[in-house]
Formats: sequence, structure tokens, C-alpha cells
Amino acid sequence: MTAGPRIVIVGASIGGLTAAETLRQEGFDGEVILIGDERHRPYNRPPLSKQIVVGEWGPEDAAIRSEAEVDDLGIQLRTSCTAESLDAVGRVLHTSQGDIEFDELIIATGTEPRRHPLVPTALTLRTIDDALAIRDGLRTAQRVAVIGPGILGSEIASAARKYGADTQLIGRSGALTLGGVGSLLSSRLAELHTENGVDLVLDAEIVGARADAGGTSIEFADGRSERADLVVAMIGGTPRTQWLMSSTLTVDNGVVCDGTGHAAPGISAVGDVAAWRDPYTARPVRVEHQSNAIEQAIAVALRLVHGEPGARPIPLFWSELHGTRINAYGWFDPELPLVSIDDGSNPHATVLVSRDDTDRVHGAVGWNAPPREFRAARASVAASAAIAPALITRP
Amino acid sequence: MVVVVQRDACVGAGQCTLVAPDVFDQDDDGIVLLLEPEVEGALLEAANKAARLCPARAIAVSAQ
Repeated sequence: MTAGPRIVIVGASIGGLTAAETLRQEGFDGEVILIGDERHRPYNRPPLSKQIVVGEWGPEDAAIRSEAEVDDLGIQLRTSCTAESLDAVGRVLHTSQGDIEFDELIIATGTEPRRHPLVPTALTLRTIDDALAIRDGLRTAQRVAVIGPGILGSEIASAARKYGADTQLIGRSGALTLGGVGSLLSSRLAELHTENGVDLVLDAEIVGARADAGGTSIEFADGRSERADLVVAMIGGTPRTQWLMSSTLTVDNGVVCDGTGHAAPGISAVGDVAAWRDPYTARPVRVEHQSNAIEQAIAVALRLVHGEPGARPIPLFWSELHGTRINAYGWFDPELPLVSIDDGSNPHATVLVSRDDTDRVHGAVGWNAPPREFRAARASVAASAAIAPALITRP
Repeated sequence: MVVVVQRDACVGAGQCTLVAPDVFDQDDDGIVLLLEPEVEGALLEAANKAARLCPARAIAVSAQ
């Protein structure tokens, strides 16, 4: 065993790997152990619902770092290793491969997709193996039903159209949502899907499903039923905190942390599983975006190495639907309609912002936007964030 | 040190052009353009920052 402090990171996805990389880049020379329950090296999840399901990328293209690059970090990567429970006070992690003592622990276990309670045949998506199963299904499906009107549901529907399948996008509410932008882009998204041949089935409550050899019939509250030979459910995820239930950590829809990712002495959490307290409202908030996991991991690693927290992450995410690139940056108040900041002459390429009545810009959306214009809008979001609380979380 | 970008992985978020504008730019589609493939000193530090912030992990900085 090497001398010096040992940092153990649970979860070998983007948050865990970024934490490990940042620790090394910032000069931490103690031991770093990164454990992940999958058999794969760390890989990017955003391409799973994009390049992987449409078959443009193979699984190896999603890898974040090559084996050699991971080796160069001088960390211990333990794959197929599951965290089973935590002794937070004694600082011991119990895993499927034995106990590991630590000086600092970083929790980055992400979320688990919800399975649809009434449609057990519906596929879900979390791992690369899930994505390959959806890809294989899409290759032969004639009729695809996607349940869930969020960003992942939209992406799978877009992929299904690329394969030419008859595609339905089913939502219980009447709105399509897009990550932190909420339903503010709903009508734009609806138009985009409709123009590209997706059949929107909104305000539709599923009451049951019947599966047979040929597919699944989904039954709705109004008596209608729809048949599909592939059903995919993208109805959100729950934080993977089961293994922490016997620990002394505060778990309430995620690992509750202060505004710097600190959960308990010697324990931090980052990414989808972490609920950092918003510095202005003091409420714990989870953000399920790749860039948030990256920035929280960097902030925690900086705090562990230098004792000072890094910058507060500003949410950022992107999507591509039917060839339209969408970028979003900042915070979006559901009460503030998005306004276009150009002359509106080209509705298919624009920058939309969330601007309050004091003219502060809290969020910006690039809709096929020219990069320079989107960058300018981002700069005003960053400037507002530096001087004022985000207004999205109203007390 | 050498900077390598993977343009087909780039998602046009523009993080790199914000933290390392002397090393990276974006084309008309927002996709990354590499201005300085070899970096040292302050540019290396900026390129490293861009690499770890890149949401698509499309940037690598290595000895060769």
C-alpha cells in the first residue's frame, strides 16, 4: 500500500473520471481508486441516445479516454465493481470486490432509469448495452412508440425517424420538455417533430399494455390503443443511492450536499446523483446534464486539492433533433417566455433568451444558432450569474 | 504538448473557445477549429482547462 491520502471515487462515468483527471492535473499525488459497476471503461452517455442509437458510432467511439490515457493518469480503475454500502463515519466503502478504506470519497453513481410500470416490455436507456439494444430494435422495427416527452424521448423519436419507422412520441402532459428549459420550447419542438413525421400523442394517459409475439399494444384512458413493435420508455431517472440507505448521509432525492458538493466529513457527491444546495435558495437541487457533472467534479477536485471550491457550475446542455442543433446555457424561469434576440427573419436558426424585467439574461438557447451569436448570449448569461441569483428557483 | 480535437464528437457547446480562445475557434456550424496544435505555458494550461470542460470530451492534450 502506498503512503499518503487515498481518494476513492464511486462511479466511473463522466463525473468520476473528470474528478480523477482533475485531481491529477492539480497535483494530487496520493492514491486514486475509481470504481464502476459496468464492465466497460468510462464512456460518454450523451451519444448513447444520439450517435449510438442511429448507428453512426460503434460502442468504442463513446469511450472517454483510451486505455493508455487512463493508465497515464496513474489511478486504479476497478470495473465490474459495485458499491454495496458505506460506513461514512469509519470511512470504509464496502464493495463487491472487498472493503476499501478512504480519506476522501466522491460519490458519482448517477441515476437509474424508471421502468414504465404499465408497459414492462418498454426498453429503457442508461448504459451502452441498453443503447445497443435500442439500436438493434430500431433497425428492424416498422412501428416505434416512444413514451416520455422529455429530451431523451425526443432524441429516440428523432433516431427512429432516421431509420424510417412510423414513430409515435407519447406524453402524459400536453407539453414537450427539454432539460432545464422545461416546456418553454414545447411548440417549437412539436412543430419540428411534426415536420419530420413524428406522430405526437400528448395529453395521453396510458392505462395498460398487452404484449404478444408481434409487439405491444398500448392502451390509453380514452379507450384508444396503439400498436408498436418496439416501445422505448424515457420517463426519467431516480438517483442511485440504494447502497447509501444504511449510511449516515442525508439522502433525499439524491445525496444532499452544501453548495460545494460536500455531503459529510470526507465525503462529496457530484453529477446526477448529487443535490447541491443552491447558494441563493439553500434548497438542494439535482441537475442531470453531462456538463454539470463535469463542472461539479472539477469544483470538488479543486476543493480537495487546494481547499477552495471552484466556480459554481452554469447549466449547459445540447441536443440534436432531426438535424436541428439545440444548445442551452443558464437558468430558465418557467414564467418567462423565451424571446428571440435577432430580427426573427429565420425561425430555423435563432438565439432565444430568458430575460427578466431588469433586462438580465439568465438563460440562452441556440436553435441552429450561429456560434458567434450564441457565444455573445452566453457571455451575458455568465455576466448575470456573476452578480445575481438565478431566478429560476423561486421560493 | 500536442492538442488533438475530434471534430465528429464536437457538439458546438463552445466551452473551449471561452476558456482558450487562442487555441480554439468554431466554424460556422459551431464545430471546433484548432488554431494552435502545439501549446506550452499559459496556452497549455488553457488547453487543459478546455479539455476537461469539453462536454463532448472531444479534446485531448498529450505529449504527442
